[in-house]
Amino acid sequence: MPRLRTPLGGTAAVLLVAVLATAVLAPPLWGEKAAAAADTANILQGASAAHWAGTDGLGRDIFFRVLVATRLSVLLALLATGLGVLTGLLLGAAPLLVGARVGRLVTAAVNIAVAFPGLLLALSFAVVFGVGGTGAVLAIGFAIAPAFARLTGTLVATVAERDYIAAARIAGVGRLRILVRHVLPNIGEPLVVNATVAAGGSLLAFAGLSYLGLGVQAPAYDWGRLLGEGLNSLYMHPLAALVPGGAVVLAGLALNLTGEAVARGIGQTTPLFTAVRRRRPEAPLPSNQDSADVVLAVEGLHVSFPGVTPVRGVSFTVRRGEAVGVVGESGSGKSLTALAIAQLIEEPGQVRAERLEFAGEDLRHGPSRAQRRLLGTSLAMVFQDPMTSFNPTQRIGRQLAEPARAHQGLSRRRAFDRAVDRLRAVRLPAPERRAHQFPHEFSGGMRQRAMIGMGLMGTPMLILADEPTTALDVTVQRQVLALLEDVRATTAAALVLISHDITVVGQVCERVLVMYAGRIVEDVATAELSTAARHPYTQALLAAVPHLGTDRDRPLTVIPGRPADPGDTPVGCAFAPRCAYADDLCRRADPPLEGGVACWHADRTVAPPGPGG
Amino acid sequence: MATAVRAMTDNAWARFAARRLLRLLLSIWVLLTAAFLMIHLIPGDPVRAALGVTAPAELVNARREQLGLNDPLWTQYGHYLADLFSGRLGVSTISGLPVSQVIADRYPATLELAVYAFLVAVALSVPLGLTMAVLTRTGRRRRLELGFTSTSVFLGTVPEFLVGAFLVYVFGVRLGLAPIAGWAGPDSYVLPVLALAIGPAAVLARITRVETLAVLEADFIRTARAKRLPDRRLYLRHALPNSLTATVTVAGLLLGGLVAATVLVENVFAWPGLGSTIVSSILAKDYPVVQAIVLVYGLGVLLVNLVVDVGLALLDPRSTIRES
Ligand code: SF4
Repeated sequence: MPRLRTPLGGTAAVLLVAVLATAVLAPPLWGEKAAAAADTANILQGASAAHWAGTDGLGRDIFFRVLVATRLSVLLALLATGLGVLTGLLLGAAPLLVGARVGRLVTAAVNIAVAFPGLLLALSFAVVFGVGGTGAVLAIGFAIAPAFARLTGTLVATVAERDYIAAARIAGVGRLRILVRHVLPNIGEPLVVNATVAAGGSLLAFAGLSYLGLGVQAPAYDWGRLLGEGLNSLYMHPLAALVPGGAVVLAGLALNLTGEAVARGIGQTTPLFTAVRRRRPEAPLPSNQDSADVVLAVEGLHVSFPGVTPVRGVSFTVRRGEAVGVVGESGSGKSLTALAIAQLIEEPGQVRAERLEFAGEDLRHGPSRAQRRLLGTSLAMVFQDPMTSFNPTQRIGRQLAEPARAHQGLSRRRAFDRAVDRLRAVRLPAPERRAHQFPHEFSGGMRQRAMIGMGLMGTPMLILADEPTTALDVTVQRQVLALLEDVRATTAAALVLISHDITVVGQVCERVLVMYAGRIVEDVATAELSTAARHPYTQALLAAVPHLGTDRDRPLTVIPGRPADPGDTPVGCAFAPRCAYADDLCRRADPPLEGGVACWHADRTVAPPGPGG
Repeated sequence: MATAVRAMTDNAWARFAARRLLRLLLSIWVLLTAAFLMIHLIPGDPVRAALGVTAPAELVNARREQLGLNDPLWTQYGHYLADLFSGRLGVSTISGLPVSQVIADRYPATLELAVYAFLVAVALSVPLGLTMAVLTRTGRRRRLELGFTSTSVFLGTVPEFLVGAFLVYVFGVRLGLAPIAGWAGPDSYVLPVLALAIGPAAVLARITRVETLAVLEADFIRTARAKRLPDRRLYLRHALPNSLTATVTVAGLLLGGLVAATVLVENVFAWPGLGSTIVSSILAKDYPVVQAIVLVYGLGVLLVNLVVDVGLALLDPRSTIRES
């Protein structure tokens, strides 16, 4: 949150400086005023011009007493923190200082002590050290030590294995010296951050102990004592409690926020999307290709995020039962195209299209109830990573049954039975038992089968499969592809198969759309892929495929040059920087998709060039 | 194969139970020993301190003898453990009442306070955190996010007893709505419970929001959205159970702290529980009572931790299996 850092850090710093300055300056400036029992006639007065926060039981000015008490409150908190940090450091570094065996005992003790809340530890220590300021410093100091010891232990463990520590050890450098010279500098930052936050905590804890009468004793006073005195007369004189209370909170916040700000300052900044643009509604265009045969019609599809437009005008249609492949490198916009079709792009992403129709329904105007139902029952999705695409806390059968219950109104029982039946349909062995299992009990291939089965819960007209086999090994890959073909044959659903692997697409699909930099650059029948591909990028993709003659041990041919950057697309043909045929025309103007190819020089490229020919 | 899998799982559970039990026993032993040492580490003579400097030497000595303080430390330790296991907690040096009776009188009030406060904290924070996550996901509503985060940081920082004092001021003094002290019917629960619950609720809500945001990015949420489920179902059935793991962990830690925070809040509200008793006992140097209350609080915390660990294991069985 880079935008937050400055105000947060600024506020924290100003608060902290104010608190520290008061701590230093208040006693000499106002010490007398605070101590002076102004006059006994003025006992327990409310706020007035002379006494901003009123007077206490001895007629002393509460506002000044609160200011003066800053020094003792802050000082004691810092002392306690220092003690706690030092003790914690020594305990946490014990494995380094006294050897592994004793160190392990210390660590175990620390782990047990950490489980008890600080206040409980502080109370117990207060019993031992007695009631009073010193006792409370010791009590709070030792109470925060375990948490610090744990933190130090974790940090030291990450550093202790490094080479230079080992070298220093072999060179016979003393243990304490290693700790001070080599380890501490490397774990300093998180320790400082946590110490600052701990100081805030000590301050609040001290106020608590003093309030209870276990901390600072009269005639000395800190904020906690003032609070305790004030609370006794809360009904008559609320300011006497509220002012010291406010001071405690302010100082505690100053320390905590400083810690936060420092932590953020040394942490990395996360680029968050700042501006959120509204979806721009567009006038519907008359659709001219209205044959009932078309399952999916896309025209001029754009997907944009603030600052980038990774999909820039994609148009294609998918007919009933047809299998279309979409290939391209990562970043070509193929997955976003699929998500846009499925209406799964979320804000701040924006989808625009001249036409986006699924089964004759215009999807561009938000999901109506009927449309959700249509998509929920007729559009099946298969995602890339089967390991993460199932909810880990629900049984597989229930996850399959869910859409049937939501959209088809099936009872729990019937929906579950259908889920089992669908698992059987995707040839999952022992479907009844499997349906009762959790995703982590499934292998990757089984999950992908289950995912396909989920799509079969309704009556799919289109299966959108986004890299469905990339995460699987080769044999499983083949089985899943065979299953997809099978499903298509039995349900007459169309298939859009997205892959970075042109051979996978070639095995299953009749037609291939090649995407580059957010556009379709070629639309070609699979059968003609090897002979009739005309776009230089398609040809390069084909050349990169290892075939039977290729020596398997040789590294795959890769397409030279860097993939297009969606944040920075050139004016002309996006492939120009990597294209052997590129000329001035290519760099000046973007070629339209005409006759199945988007290239100015498609006529020249028929004889495929490139490595190996 | 199925039985093999089942056996492996059972085994993991057994190992988990054994490991957890061992830790519990070890912690209890440490707690008992620490409570024992606490009394013996007090500088000076606790009996003398309790009876006052003017007490005659014979009386002090007789009392020491009676309490077994003249025996060697190991013997005392043995007696102490034996007494604990037979339920003899000693006698209050101030009131002369058996400590076990003091505890029995006082602990229900504290327990009630802690349990209600915890329930209120969870009931407030989980829906709030979830709603905030849904409203502010993928960088929407930056102002709301900023407001929520700052408010929750602020509320999480203010110590419970100050919240209590402030609530007393607003509702008791200003508005005269709620009784502000003591135990007088259901109304008197409102302010102490709120005072205890607000801070933890703020922290929990923040955690829930952050966790839910992370879960909403997960692939399986996309799968659930692809099923076109109603939003309610998407968030409650798919997102929430997965974001609860971290929330439960933190809630457990907070519950431990909440048990301890009752000490301060009870003092603000003059609540007749263990918390006000331990403070007055420390001040009066009534060590047997202090020791017993420390033990009760400590055991309470250990119990909470145990429940949290088991709860986590049930919520996310994979972690248990992986760990062992
Ligand atoms: S338009 Fe030009 S640069 Fe683009 S692919 Fe065709 S020949 Fe290459």
